[in-house]
Amino acid sequence: MSTPTPPTLDTHQAKLAAIRKLIASAKRWDLVFAGAGLLALSFGLLVLVALFADMLISGWMRINLDFFVSFPSRRAENAGILSAWVGSLMVMFVTALSAIPVGVAAGVYLEEYAAKNWITDIIEINITNLAGVPSIVYGLLALGLFVYQFGFGQSVLSAGLTLGLLILPIVIVATREAIRSIPQVIREGSYALGATKWQTTADHIVPYSMPGILTGCIIGLSRAIGETAPIITIGALTFIAFLPASPVSASAPFINFDWLMSGFTVMPIQMFNWTSRPEEAFQQNAAAAGVVLVVMTLSLNAIAIYIRYRLRKNIKW
Amino acid sequence: MEPPVSITETLMPVPDAAGVHTHAPASDRLKARFSRNLKERAIEGVLFLAAFSSVATTLGIVYILLSESWVFFQHVPLKDFLTDTQWTPLFDDAHFGIMVLLSGTLVSSLVALLVAIPLGTIIAIYLSEFAPFAVREIAKPVLELLAGVPTVIYGYFALLFVTPILQWFFPDLGGFSLLAAGLVMGVMIIPYVSSVSEDAMRAVPMAIREGSYAMGATRFQTAVRVVMPSAFSGIAAAYILGISRAVGETMVVAVAAGMQPNLTWNPAEPAATITAYIVQVALGDLPHGSIGYQTIFAAGLSLFVITLFFNILGHWLRRRYREVY
Amino acid sequence: MAAVLQENAVPASAVPAPAAPLAPKAEAKAFNFYYGAFHALKNINLPVYEKKVTAMIGPSGCGKSTFLRSFNRMHDLYPGNRYEGEIRMYPDNVNILAPDVDPIEVRMRVSMVFQKPNPFPKSIYENVAYGLRVRGVKDRQSLDEKVEAALRGAALWNEVKDRLNDLAFNLSGGQQQRMCIARALATDPEILLFDEPTSALDPIATGSIEELVHELKKQVTILIVTHNMQQAARVSDYTAYMYLGELIEFDVTNNIFLKPANKQTEDYITGRFG
Repeated sequence: MSTPTPPTLDTHQAKLAAIRKLIASAKRWDLVFAGAGLLALSFGLLVLVALFADMLISGWMRINLDFFVSFPSRRAENAGILSAWVGSLMVMFVTALSAIPVGVAAGVYLEEYAAKNWITDIIEINITNLAGVPSIVYGLLALGLFVYQFGFGQSVLSAGLTLGLLILPIVIVATREAIRSIPQVIREGSYALGATKWQTTADHIVPYSMPGILTGCIIGLSRAIGETAPIITIGALTFIAFLPASPVSASAPFINFDWLMSGFTVMPIQMFNWTSRPEEAFQQNAAAAGVVLVVMTLSLNAIAIYIRYRLRKNIKW
Repeated sequence: MEPPVSITETLMPVPDAAGVHTHAPASDRLKARFSRNLKERAIEGVLFLAAFSSVATTLGIVYILLSESWVFFQHVPLKDFLTDTQWTPLFDDAHFGIMVLLSGTLVSSLVALLVAIPLGTIIAIYLSEFAPFAVREIAKPVLELLAGVPTVIYGYFALLFVTPILQWFFPDLGGFSLLAAGLVMGVMIIPYVSSVSEDAMRAVPMAIREGSYAMGATRFQTAVRVVMPSAFSGIAAAYILGISRAVGETMVVAVAAGMQPNLTWNPAEPAATITAYIVQVALGDLPHGSIGYQTIFAAGLSLFVITLFFNILGHWLRRRYREVY
Repeated sequence: MAAVLQENAVPASAVPAPAAPLAPKAEAKAFNFYYGAFHALKNINLPVYEKKVTAMIGPSGCGKSTFLRSFNRMHDLYPGNRYEGEIRMYPDNVNILAPDVDPIEVRMRVSMVFQKPNPFPKSIYENVAYGLRVRGVKDRQSLDEKVEAALRGAALWNEVKDRLNDLAFNLSGGQQQRMCIARALATDPEILLFDEPTSALDPIATGSIEELVHELKKQVTILIVTHNMQQAARVSDYTAYMYLGELIEFDVTNNIFLKPANKQTEDYITGRFG
């Protein structure tokens, strides 16, 4: 509290000097911490750089056209990733086709339709928990359910559906966030014109939240394309020297679905397989496959980041 | 997409079958309303089914894990499963002590958390309280990339880059170790810890920070003494989600920690984790229905229970901080 | 209320002349403030007299809170803000806006109470002791003494002395605000800023805060922003009327409310606009 007599200018200056000393020592911690923060961040960056540089250096010589159009081989220098990248594309196709419609529909339901009751609560808690379930557990689910109970076997279909389930929470959460950012006035405007709930949803809500939904789907797919554990668990073969039957053919009926039931391998499994061999030549193949895999996931991520950036620039609610 | 038809249906003269505009009789209008309601209900039903599919997934996981483990536990008493100190399911003298795999999981997770929690927390505080806007804009996508790199690549990195470096410091270290796997896993988990912690800290209202700054506090004092305690439950949730990630991580340990079961608390040794064991069995060709096949479901069930516990705890903590502000 | 004031208006000559004004504790000189390109405060000159209550009134958006927050440099927390001109503090006659003056130093001299109570998620004791801890006070006894003195000063001691270790969130809104006042008092500030301190409180809690402001001016210089003219009339010695970022009129409170010199002030006081 205040002193009984007003402080003289001298005592006042002494007090200020003490305060300044205190601030100087307290602020030193600000500096120390800001330094620590930057250091921690750059450590993360450094790891990324080391990771890519290391793979690029050991795999560089293997990255050529032959690598992309050859099947795996017992001889490292002849081995390629043809069956792996084709398999990855096919699996991703099934994943996208299963996860995106279901995930978007679920997100729309939870944001626009769901009543506030215990069923909704259970669904919401459940989605949060699913997002935290280790991916290998999805593999066990698929092994028990898709491979044996449904009899899909160790096929592209089983793998695609497994990864579809895995990224379902990501698609749902992204859809919900995109929808939530649409202001209420848009809905009211549509209802005021006499639109039904579904018309409002289909004509306004979903189209306007499309960039956000798309971003979420791409992030989900980029996660799926790198997933290894669940696909190993369903028993994907690691050595595949053939391609699944082509989905389109020159003669009638032009389209066939045999490829769905075909055996397959995918990029991360191919890489895992090569990594676990002791010969250095195969580890170079692993590095090259890793570079391709990283480029695939990074370009998906880059697309997502670009869409999000565009979205933030264009739409200002 | 649906054409908007509701206005014509209810308010305006509608074209009848002959295309002549007449005022629809009351019964027709009721019929239109009925069919529209029916359609709306059907759509809602379909959407609900989509949302419910996530619950079905969980039920499916629980059903598969329990039913396959059920058979397993008829051969192996639960007590042996929990207390046996050997894990040799494929030997003639089979032992099924989950502790062996659990020790590998715990040690590698602990190493990972010792990396991820301090670094993740520092990054979160830095980004939320210190970093200028531009740094934050660059750092966040970079961190997302760190989380977006496929885990098998981290496995490669741990085995062929980090392990040789560690061997340079500790010449006795073998080619496979929990240490190398744990360290790399820790870096991989940093983004999960930092982004959830940062969200929690940013949710702390500015008014509370202003209160601290108005008292003459520095940034560091405000961050550590006011913002962190305010965001406590959110930060705790971030740590717990990190634990759950580490426990469930598969490829890094499968590649770099070795796959032989080994009851050890020493991070320098190789050991199988629960997840690595599942991978190992799946890579082999065990016949469907054999005891070896069922062990991976028992192991998976243990993993599921552990992560579920942490996920629920983390979820509950996160809810708490959302309630406060 | 304004009408009542008018009816009871005493002739100007009957208003007791204010005692010779003390030397100001602080003074704004040709002060301008910019939020980015927006010129929020325009050429403000205002003395803040020692151990008096100076109130700032005006319609919302007039810049009174912006002005108040310049006295402890809260604007430094956000990018794009710019001060021009001076706010001098006495007796050392330093321009607290000068770039070489550390905003933290200013905030250690000038405390602030906010619009809404903003307790930290800590115990009542730790809330009040916060400023002292930031100043490096570690000695338990001196902390105890200062916390008690501050809580007594904020007329809260009797209500909380038995539960100092309770979380501050458990107090009522009025108690929280008095605790925030105690927190601001504990560090013995030279000036105490109040930013609409009662706008989130019920009338009874408002009454107790106003009483407190009256008591506190015996020991500290007070600057208060209020959206409530009656409150300004009740608690302040001097009143500044602001409009659209400009200081329209500044005078002894009685003069502002009874015989404003400016037509605009009169219109606002009498409720013709605002």
